Amino acid sequence: MDYAANLAMTLPELVLAVGAIALMLVAAWGGPASTKAVSWVSVAVLGGALIALTGPASAGGDAFYGLYRADAFAAFAKVLIYIGAAVAILMAPDFFRRTAGADLRPEYPVLILLSACGMGMMVSAGDLLTLYVGLELQSLAAYVLASFMRQDTRSAEAGLKYFVLGALASGILLYGISLVYGFTGSTMFDEIAGAYAAAPLTGSGRSLGLLFGLVFVFAGLAFKISAVPFHMWTPDVYEGAPTPVTAFFASAPKVAAIALAVRVAIEAMGPAEVQWRQIVIFASLASILLGAVAAIGQQNVKRLLAYSSINNVGFALIGLAAGTPEGVASVMTYMTIYLAMTLGSFLVVLQMRDADGQPIETIDSLAGLSRTRPGLAAALAIFMFSLAGIPPLFGFYAKFAVFYAAVQAGLFPLAVVGVVFSVIGAYYYLRLVKTMYFDEPTGTFGAGDKLEGGLIAVAAVFVSPLGYLAIPALSAWTLAAANSLF
Amino acid sequence: MSFPILSLMLAIPAVAAIACLFLSAPAARLTALVATLIDLALGVLLWTSFDVGGAQWQFVEYAPLFGRFGWALGIDGYALLLIVLSVFLMPICIGASWQAIEKRVPEYMAAFLFTEVLMIGTFAAQDLFLFYIFFEAGLIPMFLIIGIWGGVNRIYASYKFFLYTLLGSLLMFIAMLYMSITAETTSIPVLLNYDFPASVQTWLWLAFFASFAVKMPMWPVHTWLPDAHVQAPTAGSVILAGVLLKLGGYGFLRFSLPMFPEASASLVWLVFGLSAVAVIYTSLVALVQSDMKKLIAYSSVAHMAIVTIGLFAFNAQGIEGAMMVMLGHGLVSGALFLCVGVIYDRLHTREISRYGGLAINMPRYAILFLLFTMASIGLPGTSNFVGELLSLMGTYQVSTTIALLCTTGIILGAGYMLYLYRRVVFGEIKSEEVRQMSDLTPRELWLLVPIAAAVLWMGVYPESFLAPMRKDTQILLARIDRAKPAGDSLPTKGTGVVPAAHAETSAHGSAH
Repeated sequence: MDYAANLAMTLPELVLAVGAIALMLVAAWGGPASTKAVSWVSVAVLGGALIALTGPASAGGDAFYGLYRADAFAAFAKVLIYIGAAVAILMAPDFFRRTAGADLRPEYPVLILLSACGMGMMVSAGDLLTLYVGLELQSLAAYVLASFMRQDTRSAEAGLKYFVLGALASGILLYGISLVYGFTGSTMFDEIAGAYAAAPLTGSGRSLGLLFGLVFVFAGLAFKISAVPFHMWTPDVYEGAPTPVTAFFASAPKVAAIALAVRVAIEAMGPAEVQWRQIVIFASLASILLGAVAAIGQQNVKRLLAYSSINNVGFALIGLAAGTPEGVASVMTYMTIYLAMTLGSFLVVLQMRDADGQPIETIDSLAGLSRTRPGLAAALAIFMFSLAGIPPLFGFYAKFAVFYAAVQAGLFPLAVVGVVFSVIGAYYYLRLVKTMYFDEPTGTFGAGDKLEGGLIAVAAVFVSPLGYLAIPALSAWTLAAANSLF
Repeated sequence: MSFPILSLMLAIPAVAAIACLFLSAPAARLTALVATLIDLALGVLLWTSFDVGGAQWQFVEYAPLFGRFGWALGIDGYALLLIVLSVFLMPICIGASWQAIEKRVPEYMAAFLFTEVLMIGTFAAQDLFLFYIFFEAGLIPMFLIIGIWGGVNRIYASYKFFLYTLLGSLLMFIAMLYMSITAETTSIPVLLNYDFPASVQTWLWLAFFASFAVKMPMWPVHTWLPDAHVQAPTAGSVILAGVLLKLGGYGFLRFSLPMFPEASASLVWLVFGLSAVAVIYTSLVALVQSDMKKLIAYSSVAHMAIVTIGLFAFNAQGIEGAMMVMLGHGLVSGALFLCVGVIYDRLHTREISRYGGLAINMPRYAILFLLFTMASIGLPGTSNFVGELLSLMGTYQVSTTIALLCTTGIILGAGYMLYLYRRVVFGEIKSEEVRQMSDLTPRELWLLVPIAAAVLWMGVYPESFLAPMRKDTQILLARIDRAKPAGDSLPTKGTGVVPAAHAETSAHGSAH
């Protein structure tokens, strides 16, 4: 395969990388004054990458001798990632303008572009090394973003915490990768899968090296998707990071990490399905339970949403546990709807400002929001009922898809325990609705930004029952994406 | 029929609900009333154009909109009657809230209209998951109605209502997933004739039971109901007792019985046992209540137990009787909650001991309240008599013991209802406040008189209501007959010559 064809398949990443480097130069010379221009150009670059996906990047096959995969699965994940990244850029200027002691600098969109580029590499990885490089590019950009409000100690703490724990996770992952490489003799997914298929994985003569490699790789990935028991960084980082950055963390990197975990599980370790399924089921149920129980006592909206994201990752993993094409499709369906719900919720959180424009994060401050800002309250109520998976909102279909896949694969106990735990989750989502609708107003929020209002409306309409009309297209698309892995 | 009348019945309140959110309070009230009246008119049209004895499923609509499941609507006789009940009670609910609700009227009206959409949708859905969506979505507006416009302890009641019913439904959801995957269809009419293996049926039946028993509600998972009723505003109680409780019975009739006949038959003991306990226990609890709404709420649980025994009697009398109890109870308990609402609006208390002697200064109210009290007891000539008699007759053929135990519910029912009526309406006027209370206003008469007329109609000429469901009952019986449990009432044949005296009594008996 010639070089031009390889480059054509990696075009989205090239667009992002070149765009990010060029904009970094603009940022360096232009200084803070160029922030607005750089932001809009960054969104345009993401749009360009989205257009680039329509070419060979979505169905070209393997590039660079199998290091990089340009398939429908990667393309689908990238669409979600670019949307998440673009919204994270769009919601930032207003937040930083109003928040005292924090200025938006042009580096912010550039870092998001770099992170998006890394995520693209992650979901397209066909080799453990591509996987690792992509993951680190994404993470390093994210560490800086977490501590973007330099004067704010919570933000600095979040960045440091994220960095230290993220480095630990990378270490665990690398250790797993080294074990896998050592026992299979390759870093290519296809050859690893061949080695797993050939090696004995059960009985007394089982290959412990391969199994340990698998466990460590999954532990490292669990860190990145913040699945229990490797979730402990999430609430602190989500609380401390600036809200637009938190929204970003909860959306695009989560999609990327889940997609990566799916690809590694199916493509590289598919033959060891029985072995990794145990890990996935445990992580899934533990995440659903802990995400639900720990959220009950929270007073801070961002922390609550952090636990909510842990909870949701647990549900997405139910689809992965099924291990079938339908299961993978359901994971992608879940992440699509999750993206809309999460970005919408965080956009509402961005509107929570006092009269001076300073952000408020307590749940109590939402009291009586349905009186003071009925539209905003209705939107947040839609997101909360949707996250709880109550029909007729679209979040129900997300849960429908993963449970359908689990039941289809015969995992009845998992499905039953999963739904029972979801009732616990419903409790704290209801609490937000109760605060907004049943309690008396205590204060009012300052006026919101038009662009953000529009984005909230778009997300709310997508999550509303109207979203069901998108199901045929979404099912066809996710199934095509999933089939490209098998 | 090509005209999508069911979709139209769903669309009108849905559009009106959204419109209400943008209107002022008086305009929202009017919009809601007009929308519900149009739906009532459509409901009447639905009933008159329903071909009795014709095709099992009528007014069928299908559009494969949602990938794995579709927009499939269609009704049989059971669904028709319950839809008519819903659209009949809805304008009354709006009217009952006309003055009682003063804060956040547009949202209130929108919540009620959404509830109407979801109720009609639940009864009309012909797709498993479409049914589930409508069934479950009803929680959201009801949660808001109880939580925003409810009484003092409204938040506890709304949470309890929501989480209790959610837990039950989710187990049913998993069972539905299994059914749709195994049978490779989500169409309810197809699933009605699909035979699941008996061992699987038991699990599926139990999962559905978890949901419907909570909705029904059956003892011992009925505890959410008194809380929800007491805290809900009057119209909320009416719709909760009138229609939402019927979802459980409808679910048993639509899913549990025809889809899992063997499991239903083998678990009849469970249903009968719980129902018998419910009848006696909740009736006794109702006797000692000091809060009027709580008393009626407990009486609802007892009446619903008569429904469940009738349904699981596996014969035409039982099933048709259960349906009649559901319809009758929907009207009567709704009316009783309205009666409580009438005096609550005047004195702002539901404590029975605060009232007394209302017959003196509220004669019209006393008459209507008496009618509904008698109907609740099951006096001949009222709706509940027909249903309860049929239901208990059906049960008697299966289990004489259970029939005996459940019939005590009627005696106890007479006890607590007459006791309530005596304390509230008869006797001396208790206080100056009570003396000040005025009789029914024209608006209140407009709410109660139509229900009273319907109650009498059902009692005097039940054929109008039995006819649409007769054929469906036969189809259902043909389906479940193979699993029919053996009855323990073994009537022996007559011995030939009938003595003259007996002939007289039997002729007398058949005249009933």
